[in-house]
Amino acid sequence: MQTVIRVQEQPFNPAEEYSLRPPAPECGALVTFIGTVRELAGEHLHCLTLEHYPGMTEKALQTITADAHQRWKLTDITVIHRIGRLEVNDPIVLVSVGSAHRADAFAACEFIMDFLKTQAPFWKKETTAQSDHWVEAKDSDQQALRRW
Amino acid sequence: MFNLVFFAALRERLGCSQLQWPVRAACVNDLISELQAQGEPWQSALARPDLLCARNQTMCSRHTDIKEGDEIAFFPPVTGG
Repeated sequence: MQTVIRVQEQPFNPAEEYSLRPPAPECGALVTFIGTVRELAGEHLHCLTLEHYPGMTEKALQTITADAHQRWKLTDITVIHRIGRLEVNDPIVLVSVGSAHRADAFAACEFIMDFLKTQAPFWKKETTAQSDHWVEAKDSDQQALRRW
Repeated sequence: MFNLVFFAALRERLGCSQLQWPVRAACVNDLISELQAQGEPWQSALARPDLLCARNQTMCSRHTDIKEGDEIAFFPPVTGG
């Protein structure tokens, strides 16, 4: 089983990630989630700034991916999360999970995202032409955890 | 000493990202009370019920015991992904 965790300022390219590190030969299903920067409803998002807690972030992601490996039979997990300044459409996070068959890969990918959103110490700040403000956590993210 | 670190909206509110703090408190709750005793903005910023804390880079509760050399972090609910 392969696990890759990266927290980086640089952009990432999903196709490149796949070709540089193809899934293990035992993998028959690879589910990849990419979270991107969304435009705001009423005004233009100038940029999104992601802060994190160096050290704890990597530790939290390692715990989450280890839990996923315990729960499902997985061949590969890749988690890449960007920090710093991002703009609309930029990829923020990539979670790619491989398993022999698709059910485990779909479930584990959702599991990892649900825990990342509530346990990994990242914070988003939105900047518009008028102001900037920290994004508030959503109750729905906490509720999503209950299914696990 | 405790090494205290603060993040995101809380860091901005306090105007402080890191602080060395003498060891008197035995648990996170006691430490929060000591910090709040400094007055504003500490008093109200640390009063938020959704405030999260971590001991040595692992999430912890307010009842967690703390000791000399620990890194204690305080931050708002996380919003990554």
